[in-house]
Amino acid sequence: MATVTFDHVTKAYADGTIAVNELDLLIKDGEFLVLVGPSGCGKTTALRCLAGLEEITAGQIKIDARIVNRVPPKDRNIAMVFQSYALYPHMTVFDNLAFGLKLMKTPKQEIKRRVEEAAKILNLETLLERKPRALSGGQRQRVALGRAIVREPAAFLMDEPLSNLDAKLRVQTRAEILRLQRRLETTTVYVTHDQVEAMTMGDRIAVMNLGVLQQIGTPPELYDNPVNVFVAAFIGSPAMNFATAKADDGKLVLGGTTLHLSGEAAKAAAQNRGRDLLIGFRPEDLVLNGNGRADDVHIPAQIDVVEYLGHEELIHAQSEGHEIVALVPSEQKVQAGQEVKFAIQSNKLHVFDPETELNLTARG
Amino acid sequence: MGGSSRFGRFQGMLFASPALIVLGLFVIYPAYYTIRLAFYQGDFNFHFFHYLGLKNFKDLLTNDPDFLDTSKFHGFNIVKELVYKSDGGALINNVHWVIFYLSFSLIIGLGLAVLAVRVRYERAVKTAIFVPMAISATAVGIIWLFVYSPNPDTGLLNAIIHGFDNGFHPIAWVGRPSLVNYCLIFAYIWASVGFVMVVLSAAIKGIPAEIMEAARVDGAGEWNIFRRIMFPMLSLPISVVTVWLFVNVIKVFDIIYVMTSGGPGTSSRVIAFTMYEETFQNFSNTRGPGYGAAVAVIMLVLVAPVMVLNVRRFRSERVVT
Ligand SMILES: Nc1ncnc2c1ncn2[C@@H]1O[C@H](COP(=O)(O)OP(=O)(O)O)[C@@H](O)[C@H]1O
Ligand SMILES: [Mg+2]
Repeated sequence: MATVTFDHVTKAYADGTIAVNELDLLIKDGEFLVLVGPSGCGKTTALRCLAGLEEITAGQIKIDARIVNRVPPKDRNIAMVFQSYALYPHMTVFDNLAFGLKLMKTPKQEIKRRVEEAAKILNLETLLERKPRALSGGQRQRVALGRAIVREPAAFLMDEPLSNLDAKLRVQTRAEILRLQRRLETTTVYVTHDQVEAMTMGDRIAVMNLGVLQQIGTPPELYDNPVNVFVAAFIGSPAMNFATAKADDGKLVLGGTTLHLSGEAAKAAAQNRGRDLLIGFRPEDLVLNGNGRADDVHIPAQIDVVEYLGHEELIHAQSEGHEIVALVPSEQKVQAGQEVKFAIQSNKLHVFDPETELNLTARG
Repeated sequence: MGGSSRFGRFQGMLFASPALIVLGLFVIYPAYYTIRLAFYQGDFNFHFFHYLGLKNFKDLLTNDPDFLDTSKFHGFNIVKELVYKSDGGALINNVHWVIFYLSFSLIIGLGLAVLAVRVRYERAVKTAIFVPMAISATAVGIIWLFVYSPNPDTGLLNAIIHGFDNGFHPIAWVGRPSLVNYCLIFAYIWASVGFVMVVLSAAIKGIPAEIMEAARVDGAGEWNIFRRIMFPMLSLPISVVTVWLFVNVIKVFDIIYVMTSGGPGTSSRVIAFTMYEETFQNFSNTRGPGYGAAVAVIMLVLVAPVMVLNVRRFRSERVVT
């Protein structure tokens, strides 16, 4: 159990690539923090810096109050689950789990007890004598988790631990990891490129792009109040719609349509009168034909394609020269080519500055 | 494709036949001929005069001090005798070769492999160490003759020792029966260690980096990573290299021929050298070429079990991975 602090951490590789740029993070004791971002944004690098597998170029990493910049991985008391699992192929499952404990010169009896306990938690009891090559992907994954938990380390680091599992197993294991973490209350830094994983698992989420931390917050904070275009587009599935509109007093002009705004959006429009702004709205916030609320904004659209998903359907449409997507309950019958009007609550509309890409309507 | 159909099988034989013919003509038949010759009074012209049974083998092992000097062995501590006797004949010399050549080539080769993957100019360093491997054993022998030479102008080893100790008198390294075998073995290690290093360092590179990183995070330092991760994961390549070294050392001949011709006296002879001597130099004497053939059979018997083990091991590895 520990806190983890990244203080202006920069990592530049020998070839000049700046993989992590001035990263500041404060991970609380027992917290499940998800580090998310597109491939290549520096998540793995940040995690490896914390593990001690990469030397940082500038800044400070602290585990509790101890600065670990120069501490080798073996003395950091952390456990890591690798994307490839990195099980020791020549050892049985038991020995894989026991490896770290053996190195700490734990008494044999104690090793046996702890390995068996971890095996029980992870349903590995019948597999202890097997070699990794005789295990399925899901079983290997559990061994990798087991290897981390038997050591009772100060923190778990996990690098895309679910990415080699099939979709069904991934959902199941997601819940398993969460349950495990809640039970052990071990500080966890979890890396993924999958925003669904991030949203469902994280106490808090840190979104990174191009080595730079974009925003850190709870899942609802990121969803409701993305600080910039990147976070807005990255968080949420299907992704947020964007369109360019001209700002005027209390309204935005989107092609031939005028959007009469209220609240924060109206303020943002007024302050930027005459400028082109970027508006963003989530597919699930669009309501087909509206429901007559006073603060609704209406957007006309022509339907291109309808994707039926069972409970819901995904409507692809053209609106004032922009492609937009709406997620609506599937009982609403619409067809391709149909002209419709989507309504959206004014306070669900995000307005971004196209130059700084910052959210002008961010609340709180 | 019809591998099991009659036509398919015929086709298969047809494609394999050139190789089979060459193999039969130049490997299987000569091997058969040699083994048969070992039991006969015969010659190289397909004559087998009369059957001798095991006489050649009996003579070799009990009645030929150049091959195995039984008079030099006393007591029961065979291992000790094997290691310390340096004048027990060609067979005992070869045992020395196996022990020292094998262990030092492996240890030095493995050490270099572990270090080579870390140094800055890995390619250059590896090439430098590998080069002796590409030189013929004849050239290796000549190079080391210079190194060991007692001549003050050419003898590198004597010069080096002299540099440390002014009172040192040059030694004829390969001229002393007590030193000659170790000098030859060392030269041969120098020539082989590059191969061991290249094979093992390639194998080390084949170990996924994440496995070693996982071990580091799990609390392993350099030594534990080597002992508990790297070494066990290299067991297959190490066993392959060991077999290669073993076969190499059982048939070692050329470097000895060039450097000492088995001398001084017969003190640096090995099995293959005896085979050559008896087959091509002494065959007109009473023993005849069958005696040399018997030496060849003994070599085959020594190498065969190792080869069989190796093939088995390979098969079982392939099944499980
Ligand atoms: N060993 C390395 N040497 C040079 N560049 C690297 C190395 N490892 C990663 N990078 C670069 O650093 C950036 C971040 O990589 P990484 O941390 O693996 O991203 P992520 O895990 O988010 O996909 C990428 O541009 C990648 O190409
Ligand atoms: Mg990664």
